[in-house]
Amino acid sequence: MVYFSKRCAMAILLAWGAVAPLSAAEAVADPLSQYREMLGGDNPADLWVSRGEALWTEPRGPRKATLVQCDLGLGAGVVKGAYARLPRYFSETGAVEDLESRLVSCMVQFQGFKREEILASRFGDGERHSSDLEALVAYVVTASKGERMAVPQNTSQEKRAYSMGKAIFFYRAGTHDFSCATCHSADNKRIRLQALPNLTTPTGAQAAYTTWPAYRVSQGEFRTMEWRLNDCFRQQRLPDLKYGSPAAIALTEYLARNANGAVLAAPAIKR
Amino acid sequence: MHSRRHPIRNAILVIVGFVALAGEVGAADLVAPSVQKTLEASFSAKGQATLARLAQDKTQGLCTHYATSPIPAKVVTEITAMGFATIKYPADGEYLGDWQRGEQIAQSGLGKQSSDDVEKPAGGNCYACHELTKAEIAHGNLGPSLYHYGKLHGDNDVVKKYTWGKIYNAEAFTACSSMPRFGHKGILTAAQMKDLMSLLFDPRSPVNQ
Repeated sequence: MVYFSKRCAMAILLAWGAVAPLSAAEAVADPLSQYREMLGGDNPADLWVSRGEALWTEPRGPRKATLVQCDLGLGAGVVKGAYARLPRYFSETGAVEDLESRLVSCMVQFQGFKREEILASRFGDGERHSSDLEALVAYVVTASKGERMAVPQNTSQEKRAYSMGKAIFFYRAGTHDFSCATCHSADNKRIRLQALPNLTTPTGAQAAYTTWPAYRVSQGEFRTMEWRLNDCFRQQRLPDLKYGSPAAIALTEYLARNANGAVLAAPAIKR
Repeated sequence: MHSRRHPIRNAILVIVGFVALAGEVGAADLVAPSVQKTLEASFSAKGQATLARLAQDKTQGLCTHYATSPIPAKVVTEITAMGFATIKYPADGEYLGDWQRGEQIAQSGLGKQSSDDVEKPAGGNCYACHELTKAEIAHGNLGPSLYHYGKLHGDNDVVKKYTWGKIYNAEAFTACSSMPRFGHKGILTAAQMKDLMSLLFDPRSPVNQ
């Protein structure tokens, strides 16, 4: 991955030519904005959004039901603005849920899907774009684009999830002793040429959280926040983060809450 | 001798000893059990990345405990001493290898990830965090620049011994350093570390051009 993105960046740099007046980091940030310009405001994530909308409204699953009964926190069927207010506590499941675990809960509850079946294709593989979850996430997130992040902390469960997320953020383990904080707790840091957001500050967390999920150019896939967290853990040399697990939700709670007040710009386009 | 003449002091020493022992908490005690439990419930083994990787050693536990507050001087001493005790210097006394192989090791970010092939050697991924040569502009900045390392630090055994130790176990010199413990945790072999040493010290290496 490091190799691929570096080579990709270098190829763009070489083809582009005029790198001299820019610092290396700026030079790499720019080809992506050129790509965005070429698309003229379009985002390939739109393909996932329209598929997700169909998945939300069509009767599906063993019970041939739609998801319009699904409560994402603002009432049954309310999609607009819901993502900007997640994660949150749901009394009916007795748990704090992020968007992704909530979608799984609803697909199980209303459509009768089996949890394991849904999770078998939780992420697309870059060829078949086969994940229904990613499409549903794209649809729900887009309906909050432009909304201000307002993640609630009214319940003790939400407060506990936040402190748990913070503890996990600073937890050092594995062969390389990495924690999330190793890369994401200082300003103006880079891995290779990739800028690293400081997720412990409101500014850093806001910039990062409001631009995920995203269309990942290098993979030709729409990627969700749980995918992103898992990819960080992979690089931390840790095992596989279970989808919708307490750690995934707690970390999301920590990041989302730190991003409160910022305007959601996702789905974005990333390298 | 002293203790025989000063029974009170002797008693104090015993008490201090007990307090030190009581302060000698295991890594598991440093982080709330709820955090450990949550992590264990939230991950599944994949490839070479087993659940055992979630368990912390003493250094990781201490560094997590003090991640958002200053590390007390006593703990700094404890961590660096633990780190220092692990360092194994080359059995043949030879610190150097091949700088060209060292450059490849410094470039490679592979190794120890759940997605990596266990049969293939791990890299050091030095460029992820350090500038080393002027030719490689795609370097990170989490660590200091190592450009001209050999040229600036000189070609002597004291510096080489220190540098070997730093790569082997960075915690020996900087408590809670961000740098992985490449030798201690078995990320790199002694032969690979010698190649990296050459990348840093060989006058022909691009690091020193």
